[in-house]
Amino acid sequence: MSEFPFLSVLTLLPLVGAAVVGFIPRAKAELAKMVALVWSLIVLGLSVVMWLAFTIDGDRFQFRESYAWIPSWDARFTFAADGIALVMLMLIAVLFPVVILASWNDVDQSRRSAPAYFALLLSFEFTMIGVFAAADVFLFYVFFEVMLIPMYFIIGSFGSGQKQYAAVKFFLYSLVGGLFMLASVIGLWVVGGHTFDFTNLVESTAAIDQNTARWLFLGFFVAFAIKAPFFPFHTWLPDSGGAAPAGAAALLVGVMDKVGTFGILRYCLSLFPEASRWFAPAAMVLAVIGIIYASLLAVGQNDLKRLVSYTSIAHFGFIGIGIFAFTTQAGTGAVLYMVNHGLATGLLFIVVGMFVARRGSALVSDFGGAGKLVPVLAGVFFFAGLASLALPGTAPFVSEFLVLIGTFSTHKAYAVVATLGIILAAAYVLWMIQRTTQGTLNPALTEVPAMSKDLTLREKFVVAPLIALLLVLGFYPKPVTDVINPAVQATLQDVGTTDPAPSVVADGKVGG
Amino acid sequence: MGELQLPEINYGALLPMLILFGAACAGVLVEVLVPQKIRNSVQLVLSLTAVVAALAAVVVQRDTRITTIGGAVAIDGPSLFLQGAILVLGAVSLLLIGERTIEKGGAFVAQAAITVGSQKDLRQAGGAPGATEVYPLTSFALGGMMLFVAANDLLTMFVALEVFSLPLYLLCALARRRRLLSQEAALKYFLLGSYASAFFLFGVAFIYGFAGGIQLEAVQAAVANPQRSQVLLYAGFALISIGLLFKAALAPFHVWTPDVYQGAPTPITAFMAACTKVAAFGALLRILYVAFAGVQWDFQPVLGTIAVLTMFVGAILAVTQTDLKRLLAYSSIANAGYLLVGVLAMNEAGLSSTLFYLVAYGFSVLAAFAIISLVRDADGEATHLSRWAGIGRKSPLLAATFTFVLLAFAGIPLTSGFMSKFAVFGAAIEGGQTWLVIFGVISSMLLAFPYLRVVVLMWLSEPGETTPAVSIPGFLTATALGLGVIATVALGVAPAPLLELTEQAGQFVR
Repeated sequence: MSEFPFLSVLTLLPLVGAAVVGFIPRAKAELAKMVALVWSLIVLGLSVVMWLAFTIDGDRFQFRESYAWIPSWDARFTFAADGIALVMLMLIAVLFPVVILASWNDVDQSRRSAPAYFALLLSFEFTMIGVFAAADVFLFYVFFEVMLIPMYFIIGSFGSGQKQYAAVKFFLYSLVGGLFMLASVIGLWVVGGHTFDFTNLVESTAAIDQNTARWLFLGFFVAFAIKAPFFPFHTWLPDSGGAAPAGAAALLVGVMDKVGTFGILRYCLSLFPEASRWFAPAAMVLAVIGIIYASLLAVGQNDLKRLVSYTSIAHFGFIGIGIFAFTTQAGTGAVLYMVNHGLATGLLFIVVGMFVARRGSALVSDFGGAGKLVPVLAGVFFFAGLASLALPGTAPFVSEFLVLIGTFSTHKAYAVVATLGIILAAAYVLWMIQRTTQGTLNPALTEVPAMSKDLTLREKFVVAPLIALLLVLGFYPKPVTDVINPAVQATLQDVGTTDPAPSVVADGKVGG
Repeated sequence: MGELQLPEINYGALLPMLILFGAACAGVLVEVLVPQKIRNSVQLVLSLTAVVAALAAVVVQRDTRITTIGGAVAIDGPSLFLQGAILVLGAVSLLLIGERTIEKGGAFVAQAAITVGSQKDLRQAGGAPGATEVYPLTSFALGGMMLFVAANDLLTMFVALEVFSLPLYLLCALARRRRLLSQEAALKYFLLGSYASAFFLFGVAFIYGFAGGIQLEAVQAAVANPQRSQVLLYAGFALISIGLLFKAALAPFHVWTPDVYQGAPTPITAFMAACTKVAAFGALLRILYVAFAGVQWDFQPVLGTIAVLTMFVGAILAVTQTDLKRLLAYSSIANAGYLLVGVLAMNEAGLSSTLFYLVAYGFSVLAAFAIISLVRDADGEATHLSRWAGIGRKSPLLAATFTFVLLAFAGIPLTSGFMSKFAVFGAAIEGGQTWLVIFGVISSMLLAFPYLRVVVLMWLSEPGETTPAVSIPGFLTATALGLGVIATVALGVAPAPLLELTEQAGQFVR
């Protein structure tokens, strides 16, 4: 079974699906939705099989496939997955069917074509799987840029509010980052011995002189920091998250932004170890500022989708310190956080989308006491909020805790400041829930007939798997951490850092 | 005094050019001899056959590496590749030029001499068959371009420059609609072009004074081992460069481009954007790589500055344009900047990547102008940006195709634009010109904006009340458009075959 070309099939499958769905005529919207859903479930099934075929104690990169592409540049279609990529692929495979089901009726009211929307979603899945499965820097870059196009049209054509502005801003921000990375990719190719193969590059980059390596690191880092997004490159996310349809927004922050943190882990750290250590303090500062700043802004938001976007930026701050703390615990925590954040924030966005679809508005002030009308939906919203603030028992707690203790062992001050973010998270989540679903019933809500409809069967199927996963991983994260751990250790080995021995930590004087 | 020795002529090597010049002369006869009714078809078939025959001759010659006619013409890897590129792009342009169904009578005026606005003019605008002189003119231009990229001495190069420029000046003036704009464009192009030619010729005189010869080998030898004042060298080199930079539309010698691109009939604009670029950069490559490579450390910073200036002028001014043809003109200026980055790498990768870029860009730009020729209202082509609002709703296929071409111009992966940008930037870093790449990347960010604006306009804006109609492309335009788009996709997904071809084109003969 290990001979099966999992990664290339997994990458191409959604593209074929997108083509199939795209050619379904507009009048047969229901058929298009069914095909899209079934297709994404097939992808999920294949991913599960791949997960089972992954050998935990095996090689760092498994399922390696390589096909010739551009021999003159030694660019190849090389796919391979380490534990980090594997869990991200699994997250993608889980989130897409959920989002497709959640977006079932999103397009029906608009004058746009429903098959086009679901075709765009599937082609977005194609680029997402490709970007995580690629083990060739050139191929990675191609997917990194191409993924902008489906998301651009999803936001621009199917979004709400200032969608054009948001779509263009999204595209330009990412493109600017991408072009910085392009310069670095070319530079890497020239100084790294005319190859794009990740494994070869890891060996050859050791010989790059310090200054060049730092510049190359910076090119990659800026691209990933914009994508993640880290403070101060974050301003596109609230606009895009606010304007995108809720399902797409869940994918935007749940999956696509992870490309940024994944890229830092895979490419910045492994290819430029010295530069990573040199830039780590600056990156940690940005991450911590991001946590506090975005949390404060989240408290002040009146638009639910923008609010969730800001919470997401704060969470990425946690992932950022987890990555740059350079300890196994923090690193594993950061990767686990990437998964859990995808589930929790994805759920939050989807539930917010359900509220918005009923009320016709995303403004907090348009709600109030909604729990009296739709108790189950409000309950799910409450759960999603608690998961997002990392309540013990939910999955994000495990990852946040790992990040904080992992960081504390080497960088006390950052960990302490970051802990403030947890308090702020409680503030923005609980206050949001209080203002929307608790308290006295907003009389305007009773006039909206849709607001009295609680969760439909379809919506229950949407939220149930996410809730289940959040709970299961909250109590028993071992299956995931077992996969992540070796990959994180291998990455840290590339960086050249080792975990501090506990006794040294007690002295409190350990250099990164 | 010895006998006058006739130089040896290798007719086989010259065959592609001879075929085109012969076909052009035959085309002139056709004008006189063939009745008007079938003249257009005869001319189109004649010129297309000539181009295909010449292309076949180029393919047959593919391993030739010689200089002939006393060293005046060099048939080597780069010149054969460039000639092939000019012929292929020329054939696609001819398809656009031959289109007669989108507008009754075609894109060209029946008689250029009719006074604008006269009764006769109004009558001809109503659909009199367009001038068929365009075919021999195009054939002459193509032949001149082929000679230009193969010229191995400066005087031959000058003659070739004039041979392909003069037909272009005329072709620019032949638009059926907006004739004043078209004539103004032609006059502007002619006056500025003549100046540029004069500069070039003056430069040749200086170089003759410096090197004592006009053959590129003689110049190369003199540069390596100067016997006379370096002032002559630098003055001559600068003047020659100005002549070439003008043809290639590099800042600050680009000012004619937007006016000419806008005023010329769209098929001719496409022809110029694709083929003239190939010719101009082909000659520039030969001059820099063969004759003046010895002083590359002196000219790299100067031409590098010009490249940066060109990229930024093109990118920034493209942002402010409201007319699609002008927007594409500025985009072509910016692209000339990227091409120069590749040229300035001054290594083998620089040569091959520039060749790749020229072909890839040529196909995309032909597709872009083919699309522009389809969107029309009562006054002809609707090129104002505002008229394209919401066109994606009315004609999704056309808008999707144009979006794809624009993404190629913006250098998004899986299009030929990305591969070619990658190739020239890679060559430049290898050639030690990292600073050009950094400026190139920054200007690409700026340049993405105008393209994106068009995409937004087409897809996300509400259609206006007077959104123009999209014509059904005739067979010729459809073929040209199809070829352009297919090449843009193919070179973006599987660039390996063409890249290998450009690498085999390899070396100039000296």
